[in-house]
Amino acid sequence: MDVLVAILGFLVNEIFSKPYYLVGLMTAIGLIALRKPISQIIGGTLKATMGFLILVVGAVTVIQALDPLGKLILGATGIRGVVPTNEAIVALAQQEYGQLTATLMFLGFLASLVIARLTNLRYVFLTGHHIFYMATMLAVILVTAGLTGIWAILIGAILLGTIMVVMPAFAQPWMRAVTGGEKIAMGHFGSLGYIAGGVAGQLVARLAGGKTKSTEEIEFPSGLRFLREPMIGTAVAMLIIYLIFAIWYAARVGPAEAVKGVGLPEGTTLASYLMAQVLNALNFGVGVAVILLGVRTIIGEVVPAFAGIAERIVPGALPALDCPVSFPYAPNAVLIGFLASVVGGLVSLGLIALIQPVLALALILPGMVPHFFTGGTAGVFGNATGGRWGAVLGGFVNGVMITFLPAFLLQVLGSLGFANTTFGDADFAWYGIVIGNVARLGGVAGAVGVLIVAALLIAFASWFQSRYVERGWVPGQGFVGQTASGE
Amino acid sequence: MKILAVCGMGLGSGLLLRMQVEKALQRLGMHADVTVADIGVARAMAQTADLIVTTRELAEHLQGVKPKVITISNFVDLEEMVRKLKEALQET
Repeated sequence: MDVLVAILGFLVNEIFSKPYYLVGLMTAIGLIALRKPISQIIGGTLKATMGFLILVVGAVTVIQALDPLGKLILGATGIRGVVPTNEAIVALAQQEYGQLTATLMFLGFLASLVIARLTNLRYVFLTGHHIFYMATMLAVILVTAGLTGIWAILIGAILLGTIMVVMPAFAQPWMRAVTGGEKIAMGHFGSLGYIAGGVAGQLVARLAGGKTKSTEEIEFPSGLRFLREPMIGTAVAMLIIYLIFAIWYAARVGPAEAVKGVGLPEGTTLASYLMAQVLNALNFGVGVAVILLGVRTIIGEVVPAFAGIAERIVPGALPALDCPVSFPYAPNAVLIGFLASVVGGLVSLGLIALIQPVLALALILPGMVPHFFTGGTAGVFGNATGGRWGAVLGGFVNGVMITFLPAFLLQVLGSLGFANTTFGDADFAWYGIVIGNVARLGGVAGAVGVLIVAALLIAFASWFQSRYVERGWVPGQGFVGQTASGE
Repeated sequence: MKILAVCGMGLGSGLLLRMQVEKALQRLGMHADVTVADIGVARAMAQTADLIVTTRELAEHLQGVKPKVITISNFVDLEEMVRKLKEALQET
């Protein structure tokens, strides 16, 4: 008996409460369920565990690089500044919320399969990193609202499972306009921005009388294509942001005071103060790159196991895939949407600064990774329904959304709302704001409240699915410039 | 043999490509080590790879690499993957 208690105690204290082993353990269960060979089970388990540990290493670098940026922006403007980057905030959150995140990721996936099986929402969300990020956000929000233990696990899993099947359903009509009816769905938590992009395209098409040309008929300057590499895009943007605020701060309070403000030793010259910020900007990119390696290693083991399980529980369901699957349908629209999204973000940043005296929101600076991927996809959606101007307006609308929404999301993230980074994509923000504010009712009311939100979403999505998706509605159909060819 | 599946961040769509390549190889009765890479490190990793699988728009960034680059336009079309892999592997 004592041995049993000791073993149980060991499992609880040394395995279940350590997120990295928990991720490994869950991966092992998935691989065993699929009857994979023993060598693959051991290898996959170790890789998932080490992937999590790599992520934690990257988090340290990101924190060190972001801390001075917070001081620079606050010192220069008197307002808190935030650069939304999913990878950074997710890695920062694991220290405290890793255990709940790992549990939610797996149970939430199972919950999504159960909902897909029981309703007409037959989608399997296969974008592993977004499942992981959404699990992180829900863990943070539920714990911040006071839910803990088994209730946080159960409710979190249901909330995660819900958003994983309703968003692909809502985006599906526009996704069809993009792909020309391929058997894939959008599985990415920027979907509200893509739907908005598609609707913006429809508006453009209506205003132009259906006569706008597709983005793919334009010769696009290839000099801009280097931005296609997220690592370069992030580094360039962060260099600009760090230097602008470093110079602004030094000009406002004087170089000596600015040097002291960011914690550099007294007597540091202006040049080395600026070069220190260059290094910080590059180190931010390095931290994100390390985190990406960690996430890649985790999901590389987890997602194939998920996909195998899904095929058995909901055979024939539509795979909901990562947003770049839409890029081959309109590569020019990706770049146009991205640039328009950044412009939308900058305009919104200006508005936030203007309304600052009324609504004390944090400054949301443009995070290049969210703008590239969600702006690009919104551009593709806008192009599918409204041609090149649809792509421009679609990207712009997305940029406005992913600037204003995160500003409100910060309020429900507890102490993590005070990090200088946050979640970037539209669905994290709107879902987080809704769930966070309902959960804040506290206790039973909060718990029941968020479950009602989930039930309403499933009911609405199910109605939408049978009313629009199953009847084959394709928005923007018949518009002249529409091309949906892959080659 | 080593195959590189390349996408922008080396996350979602690269992993989909990897899973499709593995399925296609199984259908062809072949084995290979399939690794996911992001576009930033793909050029360096191409040095030791025998084949690269990616999308058309990213293939432009990989011009001049040593291994053959095949581009996939439909992420879920297994037939396309099998056909293109078969062609490429016969050449090498």
